[in-house]
Amino acid sequence: MNVIEHGRGKPPLDPHLKALENEAIHIFREVAAEFERPVMLYSIGKDSSVLLHLALKAFHPGKLPFPLVHIDTGWKFPEMIAFRDQVVAKHGLDLISHTNPDGLRDNVTPFSHGSARYTDIMKTQALKQALDMGRYDAAFGGARRDEEASRAKERIYSFRTPDHAWDPRNQRPELWSLYNGMIHPGESVRAFPLSNWTEVDIWRYIQAEQIELVPLYFAKRRKIVERDGMLIWAEDKRLELLPGEQVREEMVRFRTLGCFPLTGAVRSEATDLDEVIAELEIATVSERQGRAIDRDQSGSMEKKKREGYF
Amino acid sequence: MSSQTLSHAAETIDSGDDAPLTDAQAAAAGRQARPLRFITCGSVDDGKSTLIGRLLWDTKAVKEDQAATLRRDSTGKQNELGLPDFALLLDGLQAEREQGITIDVAYRYFATDRRSFIVADTPGHVQYTRNMATGASTADLAVLLVDARAGILEQTRRHATIAALMGIRQFVLAVNKIDLAQYDEARFRAISRDFKEIALSLGVRQVTAIPVSALKGENIVLRGDEAMPWYDGPTLVEVLEKATQRTGQTTGFRLPVQRVSRPGEGFRGYQGTVAGGSIKPGDSVVVLPSGVEANVKAIVTYDLVRNAAVNGDAITLVLDRPVDVARGDMIAAIDQRPQTGRAFNARLVALSPDGVVPGKRYWLKAGARRQRVMVRPTSALDLSTGKWDDATFLPVNGIGVVELDFEDTAIFDSYETNRETGAFILIDPETLNTVAGGMIEGKRTKSGRFDALPDSDRASITLPARLLEAFLKTEFARAHAGEIRVTAPEEAGGE
Repeated sequence: MNVIEHGRGKPPLDPHLKALENEAIHIFREVAAEFERPVMLYSIGKDSSVLLHLALKAFHPGKLPFPLVHIDTGWKFPEMIAFRDQVVAKHGLDLISHTNPDGLRDNVTPFSHGSARYTDIMKTQALKQALDMGRYDAAFGGARRDEEASRAKERIYSFRTPDHAWDPRNQRPELWSLYNGMIHPGESVRAFPLSNWTEVDIWRYIQAEQIELVPLYFAKRRKIVERDGMLIWAEDKRLELLPGEQVREEMVRFRTLGCFPLTGAVRSEATDLDEVIAELEIATVSERQGRAIDRDQSGSMEKKKREGYF
Repeated sequence: MSSQTLSHAAETIDSGDDAPLTDAQAAAAGRQARPLRFITCGSVDDGKSTLIGRLLWDTKAVKEDQAATLRRDSTGKQNELGLPDFALLLDGLQAEREQGITIDVAYRYFATDRRSFIVADTPGHVQYTRNMATGASTADLAVLLVDARAGILEQTRRHATIAALMGIRQFVLAVNKIDLAQYDEARFRAISRDFKEIALSLGVRQVTAIPVSALKGENIVLRGDEAMPWYDGPTLVEVLEKATQRTGQTTGFRLPVQRVSRPGEGFRGYQGTVAGGSIKPGDSVVVLPSGVEANVKAIVTYDLVRNAAVNGDAITLVLDRPVDVARGDMIAAIDQRPQTGRAFNARLVALSPDGVVPGKRYWLKAGARRQRVMVRPTSALDLSTGKWDDATFLPVNGIGVVELDFEDTAIFDSYETNRETGAFILIDPETLNTVAGGMIEGKRTKSGRFDALPDSDRASITLPARLLEAFLKTEFARAHAGEIRVTAPEEAGGE
């Protein structure tokens, strides 16, 4: 038997990516069928873009049977917000944008409160508020096990208490592709369809599926300032220069996207997908190296996850 | 299934379930194959963390910043080669780093030019049998680690038994710390021989033994010719690159229905992942448990309308007539149906501290089907002897044979013939925790026996009643339960 695919002008996926795609679609459908109020966390980055693409595939020809939630800290790159609104309009998505009103009132910024407290208030607490308000019992996220050591132990269905806490020592066993979606009222599950993807897989899939991305992922001359060994984007007036700091213009791109004061750029000449992938294949540092919040303290990510972070 | 597919080269690779790939096939495969999933088994002392660390290190899966963190965290713990303590790379949880042990299953990713790999890194202690079973449930291959100085331990046998029980049919024996055994060839040969005997007794024929030093990186990714000129076999990575993926699917088409898609009037599609066989428009199918028959009208995916789908594909199936199909139903090949009934026999691994309690009504989830079930353990495996003893209760980490009794129709294949439609989990109705993983042996008939294959396809053995019971408790009988038909001679005298 020959399987012939009449694609939209793209060659068929290689079996490696096809297997990852099949697994993700299976997870999407299973969660949508088993939970009453699922939601998808959408962070605008490359992993979220892949996640959204897979969700659209999973429910085709229907629409997404759940809304998207974006936690807007107010410190995202403007290009991210513009891209988000464009994507929402294109696919007719139901997007809920949430900002922690307490943090807004108290004027919590990465500079005034330090990255750890800022992240807790504007991301972790904000996320919990949004999930509680929607009474969501399942939330899709784009986390991957290859990102960080504590994520390597994460289940595909990650069980959370009513306080959204993760107990890494008491996780439900997960055998075969059989996921246990049974929970008590108030409890919830974070579901990770991209668990088994690596960073290279994400990029190859974006290329193969021609998925649109925020232009920040591609190298361009951008104004940056060097701070604590990171290259910080310096085109926002709220970034106050410290003594001795100088704004320079350099060819840079971002490997991950978050709040601009906490996201380091990398010097790069890669202006398109092929060049980004080529650069990645010889990369000697991990993508999370550009994330200030992972480095606050030892076991940083595990601590944040226990407290309810994604 | 002998399918030659254009877009699914993996199927071609899968088709030879037993034969390893040739060099040319492996090279051509590249990323033309699904990631190979394997599990590593061994205790902390065997150097398991060092072995996995070495695999990641030598395939350059560890990035500089991770290495820097590693160097920082392992101050004072560096080994004599100046390499960091690999265990720190793997033990991701704070409690693990504090206690210096691996608690939970972790998944690692690395790739060579030829293939990508997912390693389920599981703890080796006896009390973590359940974690090993979890990791093994999706693995194509098991790497069993022994210390060359200690040889085969009781634990090695336990790990091999669990791996075989979970359906793994390819073993690699890594005889580690061979450097500390003076690279002694005779020692290596003796250990390999012992292990191959164990593997054979478990029904595993594909076994590769490799002398390695994980610490020095010999025969892991790079060859160890200088130290071991007598060894001309493959390195660990070479074996992994050529390993076959166990599809374990010898059944016809299976589609466990996850959800029904009705975006508007006029479209009704059944969404799920193909769990066996293949399908194309025009094929006749049966909907179970209702038994209603229909033909496939179309296979819909986001990109296109496909002319066929194969095992593993996530699809939306449209039938040619309005039929009643709900989540939890199964759409199957009309001429190769799964077993349906209310009584099945299965093997079970108990995962929860409470064990598996006879007479309790659990939830059972298989594919997308969730139903109530009563579980009655009848025997338990003694991992130290490999014997099945009578049992009525399974404690945590216990492995047993159970009778399943359903309140409505259940739909299964035997695990031996289909790893997707023959597997299930048990969920405690109060705590809602996953308390057991199970593998269907077959439907239970009135006589208490079960059928995995139709009688005509099985070898017949006749034994006197007194031997029959004893024979059924042997590992051999269990391993081949679906292939043989054992009967007592008619008119056999006395109970």
